[in-house]
Amino acid sequence: MRVLLAVLLLSFALPLAAQEPRLEDPALEARARDLQREIRCVVCQNESIDSSQAGIARDLRELVRERLAAGDSDEEVREFLVERYGDYVLFRPPMRSDTWVLWFGPAIVLLIGAAGIALAVARRRKQGATAPDVLKPEEDARLARLLAEEAGGKERRS
Amino acid sequence: MKRLLFILPLLIFAIGAAFLYWGLNPERDPAAIPSVLIDEPAPQFELPPIEASATPGLSTADLANGQITVVNIFASWCLPCRAEHPLLVDLAEQRDVRLVGINYKDKPEDALAWLEELGNPYEAIGADENGRAGIEWGISGVPETFILDREGTIRYRHVGPIHAVELDDVILPILERLQ
Repeated sequence: MRVLLAVLLLSFALPLAAQEPRLEDPALEARARDLQREIRCVVCQNESIDSSQAGIARDLRELVRERLAAGDSDEEVREFLVERYGDYVLFRPPMRSDTWVLWFGPAIVLLIGAAGIALAVARRRKQGATAPDVLKPEEDARLARLLAEEAGGKERRS
Repeated sequence: MKRLLFILPLLIFAIGAAFLYWGLNPERDPAAIPSVLIDEPAPQFELPPIEASATPGLSTADLANGQITVVNIFASWCLPCRAEHPLLVDLAEQRDVRLVGINYKDKPEDALAWLEELGNPYEAIGADENGRAGIEWGISGVPETFILDREGTIRYRHVGPIHAVELDDVILPILERLQ
């Protein structure tokens, strides 16, 4: 029974053993992993090639490792992939004049909203400052009349 | 000025609504990836023939020889490839067009058995056993089909199997335009 359990547990470790070859240099391997996390898998589109099980993702991982081992910089590897798959493979889009809307659009919308709120608050505050604290004489008179009526009504009811 | 401020929310709503309406367009495929290879020369690759096959291999140099070329990337393990295969056979037989293939990540014996069974419409087939040529072509899977003009410039990319309707409505018009 104990042997069976051990075999069962070991079988869970099999996928780990089946993993693809890593680069020997740990620093290079770390760079490869970082890069792979930034590169979109073109089949399973919201996954990075680092986490995807698709065949093409495995091929691209191999390619990234190969290029780094051959001495490519991170930027060169990215360029290599963009030349073939377009900006689409990058999870972090490049900063260019045609991507400014993407990068700054949300901030601009936020600024417009903030400006709107600031304007509204300022206007309300200004109105609050100019609005009279004291009632006009006719308003005073009306209030007194209403209160008197109220008091009278109560007396009558009781 | 004040009127403008009143119109602003309406304007923002209109822009948002237009964007959402565009998103609902049934023609739009959110998973479609625009190819960067359109109007670019064919990528550099050189592939040997399938082992023990009489069909020659394929390299970049074969693609700029003054003929319009259809490059089809296929594999024997790919079911959609099987589905589109009869159309490719017809295309190669009936139209004045050169069809070449890239056999993607396949075992030579499987590929040959597949061609034996379904017919071989390809003038040349490059065996891309490790899938590197596929990466050069920027493919995301098989099948994919590219149309190249006489100078070897990529003019069209089709992802996935070609359906009869797409052949008539898209592929053939492009081939005619390039003629």
